[in-house]
Amino acid sequence: MSNLNFTFPQKAKTVTFALMGVGLVSIIAAFIFDHPAEADGHYHHNRAWANIFVNCFFFMAIGLAAAFFLGLQYAAEAGWATTIKRVIEATAWFLPWGLSAMMLMFILGQMGVHHIYGWMDKDLVAADPMIQAKMGYFGIFWWIRSIAYMVAWGWFTWKLRKNSMDADNTTSNDHHWKNVKLGAWFMVIFAVTSSTSAWDWLLSIDVHWFSTLYGWYIFSGMWVSAITAMVLIIVYLKKLGYMEFVTESTIHDMGKWMFAISFLWTYLYFSQFMLYWYANIPEEIIYFQQRWEDYKPLMWTVFFINFACPMVILMSRDAKRNFWFLMFVGIIIFVGHYLDVVMIVMPGTVGHHWTGLSWMEFGIFAGFLGLFLYVVLNNLTKRPLLVKNHPFLQEALHHST
Amino acid sequence: MAGVITKKVIHGVYDDEVPLLEACKKLKAAGIKIKDVFSPFPIHGIDPIIGVPRTRLAICAFIYGLTGCGLATLMMWYMMISDWPTDVGGKPTWAYFYNVPAFIPITFESTVLCAGHGMAITYLLRCMLVPGARAKNPDPRTTNDKFLILLELPEEKTTEVENLLRTAGAIEVNHKGTVTEKLPY
Repeated sequence: MSNLNFTFPQKAKTVTFALMGVGLVSIIAAFIFDHPAEADGHYHHNRAWANIFVNCFFFMAIGLAAAFFLGLQYAAEAGWATTIKRVIEATAWFLPWGLSAMMLMFILGQMGVHHIYGWMDKDLVAADPMIQAKMGYFGIFWWIRSIAYMVAWGWFTWKLRKNSMDADNTTSNDHHWKNVKLGAWFMVIFAVTSSTSAWDWLLSIDVHWFSTLYGWYIFSGMWVSAITAMVLIIVYLKKLGYMEFVTESTIHDMGKWMFAISFLWTYLYFSQFMLYWYANIPEEIIYFQQRWEDYKPLMWTVFFINFACPMVILMSRDAKRNFWFLMFVGIIIFVGHYLDVVMIVMPGTVGHHWTGLSWMEFGIFAGFLGLFLYVVLNNLTKRPLLVKNHPFLQEALHHST
Repeated sequence: MAGVITKKVIHGVYDDEVPLLEACKKLKAAGIKIKDVFSPFPIHGIDPIIGVPRTRLAICAFIYGLTGCGLATLMMWYMMISDWPTDVGGKPTWAYFYNVPAFIPITFESTVLCAGHGMAITYLLRCMLVPGARAKNPDPRTTNDKFLILLELPEEKTTEVENLLRTAGAIEVNHKGTVTEKLPY
């Protein structure tokens, strides 16, 4: 075995700090340039805040979906992903950062600093009987749920990661079986909380609207983003000469995941759209009407690049085994799913003040991307890139399809 | 007899796929053609070793899928737009394009149906697994726990190959008579 200890290359460190710098400058510039042009009582740097929120959620969701993917491998007792388990764990361990950022956003919202959640604004609620009727579900109950999700996800991720680390110091499989149980319980809890958290954190931005498919739609988006992020990290590590023990078949399988979950996302996105389009009930269609009128180019871009690109480019077996294709498609759909979150959040916060994608979206994205990459690559340096003691290790090392 | 060649049939029997793969690699290195391999389960990564070419089933599936997609579109266009326009929920009845979201589920299902059935039927026909087909296993134990390499060799090579199979860990090497092959000239 060659070098199992990843050292953070100086060049990568410089790049991540540069990205964070770009982000910081963009955030400051966004607050300077994005001021309420018209006298609109509820537009206070909304676009700047919404952009920060989009990034907090997008990168938190990548950590969360990676944690889910880790739990899934244990619950399914799957062996193929053992060689890349350290990458999954490192990506999942962005979760504390992501959840902290989300919590900070929630606290600032409750203090009235930003207006992402209309129902946090007392004046708005007082004037709107429809929100008043929903306040039993929001308010304090919402806060209890949000804290419960964070504690549960954080604990499971921490425990799964810790057991996997402790297993390397022993020769028994006890830690592995503990993780199988933990993974199964995490799947049960995540099945419920992934939906309800999507309603609470994203759907409640458009507080008058409702959709039962929404949770799955958000979940599939975060899943494909996480898979893509992990593929890109694995390809990067392989290019640097690490992880030569990851077989071509494992890369192929990750490519299959990218392909398959892109379709899951498209399926759910379209199913949600089609039912509202067909029924055409005013109180329901308003969600899409708003996007159709003020966000049409973005809506089509998101749909096409997240659906057509993986379908056309990743369909063949050879493409899924080719680093160049995986990088190309990976970067496109990674940005595509970021834009998807932009499209979810912006209409309910910025509304008709939207003027199309600008430096704000991409600058702040760059900043959070830098932070994300720094944290994940730093996590990777903490432990060897290959697990030592895992019952399926040999299976994964000889994985061949 | 002129124009006919006689070959010995040899079965190399193994009780695990690892020594079998090892034997296949050695046979290939010695330049001996493997007629077939029988196994209770699919052995991953064996195809390039025993010289089975890449399957073209995926290309067939793609063509069947396109056919299904086209047929569904044609059918719905004819039924819902051309022959008998029906007002469903006030949606425009005069253009396929403006109703596309409503037609997507059927297009999708038809694509999957044609691709799936087309692939299965193609596979069965290609393998001649038609009703009344007889099992081709040379040894029924390969349906349970044994792995078998089927070889057809000229007389003079049999001793060399038998040694090769045994050193790779064969539990049995069975001689199963001869086959005659017509030469192309």
